[in-house]
Amino acid sequence: MDDLVIARSLFGTTMAFHIIFATLGVGIPLMILFAELLYQKTKDRDYAVMAKRWTKGLAVLLGVAIPSGTIAGVQLSLLWPGFMEVIGKVMSLPFQIEIYAFFIEALFMSIYVYAADRISPAMRILSVTLIAIGASASAILITNVHAFEGTPAGFRIENGEIVDVDPWVAFFNPSFFVTAGHVVLSAFMTGAFVLASIAAYHMLRTKHHERVYRFHRKALMLSLTVGGIFSLLTALNGHESAQLLHKYQPEKLAAAEGLFETQSHAPLAIGGYTDRETESVKWAIEIPWALSFLAGNSFDTVVRGLNDFPKEWWPPLFVHTLFNAMVGIGFLLILLSIIGFVWNKIMKRPTFPHWLMWCFIAAGPLSVLGIEFGWIFACTGRQPWVIYRMMKTENAVTQTGNLATLFVLFVAVYIILSIAVVLVLRYYFRRHPVANDLEEKPNEGSLQM
Amino acid sequence: MTNELIAITLIWGFIFIYAVMATMDFGAGFWSMVYINQEKTKATNIANRYLSPTWEVTNVFIVAIVVALVSFFPGATFLLGTVLLVPGSIILLLLAIRSAFLVFAHITKEYEKALTYISGITGIIIPALLISVLPITHGEFIEMKNGTPALNISRLLTSPHEYAFIGFAISSTLFLSSLLLADYSNVADENDAYRIYRRDALILGPISLLMALFIMLTMQREATWLYEKMMNYLPWLIGSVLMFFVAGIALFLPSTKHKEMRGRPRLAVVAIVIQYFLASYAYGKAHLPYMIYPDVTIQSGFTHPNTFRALFASYIVGFLILFPGFVYFWRLFMKDQRYVRQKNEG
Repeated sequence: MDDLVIARSLFGTTMAFHIIFATLGVGIPLMILFAELLYQKTKDRDYAVMAKRWTKGLAVLLGVAIPSGTIAGVQLSLLWPGFMEVIGKVMSLPFQIEIYAFFIEALFMSIYVYAADRISPAMRILSVTLIAIGASASAILITNVHAFEGTPAGFRIENGEIVDVDPWVAFFNPSFFVTAGHVVLSAFMTGAFVLASIAAYHMLRTKHHERVYRFHRKALMLSLTVGGIFSLLTALNGHESAQLLHKYQPEKLAAAEGLFETQSHAPLAIGGYTDRETESVKWAIEIPWALSFLAGNSFDTVVRGLNDFPKEWWPPLFVHTLFNAMVGIGFLLILLSIIGFVWNKIMKRPTFPHWLMWCFIAAGPLSVLGIEFGWIFACTGRQPWVIYRMMKTENAVTQTGNLATLFVLFVAVYIILSIAVVLVLRYYFRRHPVANDLEEKPNEGSLQM
Repeated sequence: MTNELIAITLIWGFIFIYAVMATMDFGAGFWSMVYINQEKTKATNIANRYLSPTWEVTNVFIVAIVVALVSFFPGATFLLGTVLLVPGSIILLLLAIRSAFLVFAHITKEYEKALTYISGITGIIIPALLISVLPITHGEFIEMKNGTPALNISRLLTSPHEYAFIGFAISSTLFLSSLLLADYSNVADENDAYRIYRRDALILGPISLLMALFIMLTMQREATWLYEKMMNYLPWLIGSVLMFFVAGIALFLPSTKHKEMRGRPRLAVVAIVIQYFLASYAYGKAHLPYMIYPDVTIQSGFTHPNTFRALFASYIVGFLILFPGFVYFWRLFMKDQRYVRQKNEG
């Protein structure tokens, strides 16, 4: 393997690992905020217990999210010094502002966790709100750098020199809002569905413990509502993301859809795999005219195919499968939310059937998978560029060599941390079953974190 | 002041703040390992009570430094990123393990012992690696290999200069943290813990000063350019040593709080922070204009002026937003007697 492949694998593994924790670190604070607000509104202590337990879990997850984010941030400079040189000159604002968001999150996370018993309810809500804002802002800003890589703006390269720099034009590059929105909305969705999975799992196991069952039921309903809303919003925003590709990165859309020939009334290929030899998508279900309509809101929209571009600019063709997997999971989650809503609110059934509960349990892992697919699609779909049409990935990579050893070391640490985080979470929640929290009287300081 | 000077001063400020906070963080981890079996003294509890809420904020600073470096001096990023790949990666791995297990230890009390050892041992290794960035910027360990710059690791590992810095980092970490913990336990009225940390500070202070002299000695041979320029700031260095003795005297003055005890740790802490401030100012000023000797200066590595202006504006806004948060944080954890004096932490 050459250094470029190892560098990409190393950074890719770091990101694949980090985004699980980062996504939950954005999604769960929102759920805690909702639980705190519901507690203040209904005075139902179950919601306070919910907020407390979610916060404990979040604290453990942040124990991995923060150091792995530190790794990702520093590794950018270590592995991609050429890329960061351009970013430093043109696109450093989002990094810089993210630091402030990060500070807000860290300060108020410490306050919320370690001083919860000493601050007023209003201050608690303000702290969680600031944690949620800080986490979301971090996600938005760091995604902005990713957006910039796809739709660079605010500078030109002339004879190898960076000229005409306007950092705010770079900051508000064409895909900023849509791309950042996609990441944040899907993070809210994922946080909610992961908590829904946990609640559904415990409902199946605690049928005979009425009090605990009711607690988990409330958690499930809250998570499903939030997850359902954000899965819809994610899909709407995803549609805009695709239209953005059509406009700014047509070869990425062509690779995602497996379209080779430029055409109007282009068909949408669902499923299957892209075959380079025959220049077609094999085993796919084709919906005539649909791709043109999705790309430009009319059937005669001309969608550019891969053959319009030199072969060395083609993204890897497997991105079609990743793209389909991401969209498929998204639609499955929407469907699941709708079924849950109809069952509970329209058919007014008091309990969900067994098979549906198992679907809810699958929703959390599925949404995490969806995030992973989407992210790999977004980054490999941009290849061979690290900054679209400006800088190739191979020109940004470090020249140091010796990357294989580092790769092994980092992977080993990620495995250790993954195992440790699962063990710690299991250990903690086994030692502190929800029944204990529910039985405690509120005036015994049980709300301390 | 030129833009470049403003930028490097900001970064230097960040590094100084991080150095003090991280010293506390790493040192506290080490002390809680050393005193893990001292049930009576609460010395461990004191360290943990300080450590729990602060590590996250401290950790943000290291990211802040890297981001400030990349955004203000992208021209230095390329060289620094290339030569620091290996040491930087090891620091990252250790930091990741340490921070994660710090949190885990707090959540799962039964495993606390094993986890305390992890954070204690890494608490010593990380500062040693972090400070190695400084001798690397002195230039003698960077060489060209097939047209790309590379770090000569074997040369680094056989250099007395490097070991002087490592010795200084470890002894300073332990010295500063024991002094700060002495102050913290004094505020918390934990007299046994205070006695222990005061004793540790008295032992480690002279060692760290010796290590600083060792740095100057080896610098004279290995980084002559820097040594000669630092001698221009001799009054600053002398002032720094004087502040060290002020701190020493402060630890022997009769206590204002408890009649039977000795030492005014708050005064000592202030004196020591001034000591480090003066010394690092002299070092930093002498280091200019070089960021990495002799290839990168603050002028050659500087960012685009438009970007600098935007960044600078964002700093002002960011500071205005964050300042109240820091004050609130400080009052909750450093000042609030309910937290500082609580009987069992957590």
